[in-house]
Amino acid sequence: MSVQFPTLRGKAWLLGDNISTDLLSPGPYVHAPNQERLRHVLEAVRPDFAPQVQSGDLVVAGRNFGCGSSRESAPQHLKDLGVAAVVAESFSRIFARNAIAIGLPVLTCAGVRQRVRDAEEIAVDVVSGAVVLSDGTALAAERIPSEMLTVLSNGGIVPMLRAIAQGHAPAAE
Amino acid sequence: MTWAEQILAAKSGRDRVQPGEYVVARLDGFMMHDIFAADVLGLLDEVGIARLHDPERVTVVFDHMVPPPSVAAAAHQRKARELAIRYGIRHFHEMGRGVSHQVMVEEQRVQEGDLVVATDSHTTTYGGVGAISTGIGSTEMAYALATGTLWFKVPESVLIRLEGGFAEGTSGKDLILALMQIVGSDVAQARSLEFRGPGAASLTISNRLTVCNMGVEMGAKFAVFPPGAQEPQEASYVARYTVDLATLQPMVAIPHHVENVRPVAEAAGTRIDQVFIGSCTNGRLQDLRDAASLLAGRRVAPGVRLIVVPASREIYRQAASEGILEALSAAGAIVEGPGCGPCFGGHMGLLAPGERCLGTHNRNFQGRMGSPDAEIYLASPLTAAATAIAGEIADPRVLLRELAAKEVSR
Ligand code: SF4
Repeated sequence: MSVQFPTLRGKAWLLGDNISTDLLSPGPYVHAPNQERLRHVLEAVRPDFAPQVQSGDLVVAGRNFGCGSSRESAPQHLKDLGVAAVVAESFSRIFARNAIAIGLPVLTCAGVRQRVRDAEEIAVDVVSGAVVLSDGTALAAERIPSEMLTVLSNGGIVPMLRAIAQGHAPAAE
Repeated sequence: MTWAEQILAAKSGRDRVQPGEYVVARLDGFMMHDIFAADVLGLLDEVGIARLHDPERVTVVFDHMVPPPSVAAAAHQRKARELAIRYGIRHFHEMGRGVSHQVMVEEQRVQEGDLVVATDSHTTTYGGVGAISTGIGSTEMAYALATGTLWFKVPESVLIRLEGGFAEGTSGKDLILALMQIVGSDVAQARSLEFRGPGAASLTISNRLTVCNMGVEMGAKFAVFPPGAQEPQEASYVARYTVDLATLQPMVAIPHHVENVRPVAEAAGTRIDQVFIGSCTNGRLQDLRDAASLLAGRRVAPGVRLIVVPASREIYRQAASEGILEALSAAGAIVEGPGCGPCFGGHMGLLAPGERCLGTHNRNFQGRMGSPDAEIYLASPLTAAATAIAGEIADPRVLLRELAAKEVSR
């Protein structure tokens, strides 16, 4: 099965280890309207992120990205702000699952945080797992298995559910 | 194969699976509670999926915000209730039945060898009855309910062999707190914790549920007591540990992380404002019996608030008939109806800035029970009872020895 996914090119936002769901989707604003919630994404560690992030930008981070609660708003906020993918040294299990489920690619790439500079233009090939730096060096992220690539190429689970509702078999089976 | 590999292989129709492989597996059970049920069923409704794959396997329990403390919570629950009825979910439990995970076990909605998902991170609890089970987000749950399947990465397994029997004053909570230190999240993250050995075989279901419940605090994907004390010969584990239960002592997790664990004796003397006995970790009958064994005939220390929340209606009624609720109330406790209670800081027993709470629950993250300037300590029901009596963190073995000495002199 060959899955199509365009190469992502964008500016890297460099973050540290243990970026929690509380930092991504701060608890005090959970009942606020989405636009207001988006203004507070990562404000405790990168106050410049929410106001300046551009559609197509990429997040590069260290270990245990997305740790904490199972709230799906954490990856959804990144997606809503235009983030095209997250590349990190490791992810918390539920965050990674939730990200794929909503159609946000997440790639695990050992040592990536040491190799990428903040604001560097990088390219990510979601299918092959290649993370290409501005000088052309390619890092190898773990390949995303085909079941999850199918979900991503469908834009997440919701479009797949719509297809099921219209009588088409789910693509992942 | 390890227990997790055996189940994932069976559920995905394969002879063998290897750690790291992805499989699409058939699910045996699904659970949602009042916080996410409306979101999941609302999403299915919105995309136009009118029928669940197998509504008989779905359980909904209202346990978090019960009785509803706000109009918003009441409206959210009404939406969930209406959708649950519309989707033909017969196994629907109104508020008052208990904490979802405890209800799943009591109602036998999960069995040995099952693969179960729920919209809650403490779904690992069902490993206490031999199932592999884990928490998922609401969009994935919508997909799982629609198709009856979900993809899983086959996890590596960590073997924890238990030997001996519990030392005086210790229980499953002290074991899992000790394991936070001995194993920790660097080893357990995204893996399956498999408990074997003669000590595991001798653990009560109640203690097994407590241990598996908190497996997720180490980042584990599954935590499970498989049938059979001996690991299969061809099973391969990435790490192996042996713990002699007789060497355990009462343990406490100190603020603000569950892995900040030490012997209770080292934290003894810390002033406490509130004690909470309950939750899906330690709100079972044995836990209430333990608490009452120390609190009966004594008083909660002046200035301390003791909140007791039985984890289910069955437990509540049994504790009432055994005189436990009466004894705890006479000692000064407020006994609340079955549910999550103050565990997650949603609606009762919130803490003021600067206050300290010792609870039998499972998370002591900053801000979890109200003010971010409050402190949360986690320990066993025995330690909680001893602490409520002393007004400061106290080693329950001191009181237990006094009680034992009285018995002898009588
Ligand atoms: S008792 Fe606490 S940990 Fe358990 S399900 Fe309820 S809120 Fe979650």
